[in-house]
Amino acid sequence: MKVRFQHVSMHFGTTEVLDDINLEVAEGEFVCILGPSGCGKSTLLNITGGFLEPSAGQVTIDGERVVGPDRRRIFVFQERGVFPWLTVEGNIGFGLFDLSDAERRGRIAHYVALVGLKGFERSYPRELSGGMKQRVEVARALAVNPDVLYLDEPFGALDSITRLQMRSELLRIWQAEKKTILFVTHDIEESVQLADRVVVLSARPGRVRRIVEIDIAHPRDLSSPRYLALRDEIFGEIGLAHKI
Amino acid sequence: MSKLLPFTGIAAALAAWQIAAAAHPASLIPGPLMVARAIGELAVRGLLLKYVVASLFRVTWGYLGALLFAIPAGMALGLSRRGELALNPLLQLLRPISPLAWIPIAILWFGVGDLSAVFLIFIASFLPLTLATMKAVHDIDPVHLSAARNFDLPPYRLLREVLMPAILPQLLVGMRITVGIAWLVVVAAEMIAVNSGLGFLIIDARNAGNRYDLVVAGMALIGIIGVALDLLVRRAEQRITT
Repeated sequence: MKVRFQHVSMHFGTTEVLDDINLEVAEGEFVCILGPSGCGKSTLLNITGGFLEPSAGQVTIDGERVVGPDRRRIFVFQERGVFPWLTVEGNIGFGLFDLSDAERRGRIAHYVALVGLKGFERSYPRELSGGMKQRVEVARALAVNPDVLYLDEPFGALDSITRLQMRSELLRIWQAEKKTILFVTHDIEESVQLADRVVVLSARPGRVRRIVEIDIAHPRDLSSPRYLALRDEIFGEIGLAHKI
Repeated sequence: MSKLLPFTGIAAALAAWQIAAAAHPASLIPGPLMVARAIGELAVRGLLLKYVVASLFRVTWGYLGALLFAIPAGMALGLSRRGELALNPLLQLLRPISPLAWIPIAILWFGVGDLSAVFLIFIASFLPLTLATMKAVHDIDPVHLSAARNFDLPPYRLLREVLMPAILPQLLVGMRITVGIAWLVVVAAEMIAVNSGLGFLIIDARNAGNRYDLVVAGMALIGIIGVALDLLVRRAEQRITT
């Protein structure tokens, strides 16, 4: 197992946020952590990323206990994580300070192309759309060749069309780069479109309610009966009637 | 037309001033023509350049010295919660003390001379610069600091590639405001602690023969140079932030 959560609990003061989370994520797996707002899913991801220390329990990666952030595992924030004072190139090369100039340039060019930002290398983030900024951040994360990516509602601030495009781009990148991905979202459709498995958390304090395996091959047909059945199953699990 | 608009207030004030001075020649306030003549006299006597340079010299060194200490101090306080808790009350206590209240101590420590004036500019600039830096560090988006931690940046790179560029826009605003303060303070310092400069000109012109044309000439020069300093820093600010 790549990532292992063992009895992870978290409280802030007297507020219990996470209660006894146990979960295993395999190497190369795409796992979505799904739950209502305030259920602690983002906290869980921050614990995994080493930015927060759990009140109890532990997270191990490759059998090693997580004690802090690590360059082998990169956290992708919403697009506001890009550095506004650096160009696209500068952002993507941000973590490559220990490479030679030539290697660095090669890496940057590769990831600029991978996320489809050719021609924007010298642009500053303020000149880019939200979707493009998000690509910059994903490229910056991938450029240091991490083995795990953490994405915290990365597409939450994008419009719905861009969001769909970004999802298929992310899947393409995931298949090309073979990373383990932990993806936090409150969007049920998003989780069923992306994940190998969806971990459904309860409202606060977050507990693992259910783990739903999405056994549909990519590319997924969003109107196939299996897709709709899985989606409705999760809607039911969260207690929504899926009617408006 | 709109290019001239900013000058209408100044022109109107000058005209009104000249008329009033001409109507009451007995009053002690000389008109703008007399003041212009006084500036000419200063130039001829070689004092204009000498005094302006003396004032700017003191401001420059006091201000740069303050910058040199205030930026690291502000950064350290901004980054260290404990440091801030320990020292912020002290800074807040020192803040309401006018830099001019330090004049006797400046003279005690440094005597009458340039060093005293430079010290007073330093005192006047250090606190606002430190507080501006501290505030700018507080306002860094935590996401940027988290990202820098995630990529495990060595400290000097963290400083150069994240902290400095992140605080720069706010710091520049603080620097501009502080130049204004330093310029205000140098005039007062020169009235007491030195024998040259625009502040000295004003106090000396009054003491030695009630030359109010020279007094107002000094005031006008202070205003003009103050505006020029502000424009200069603004220009630098724009160049750096765009």
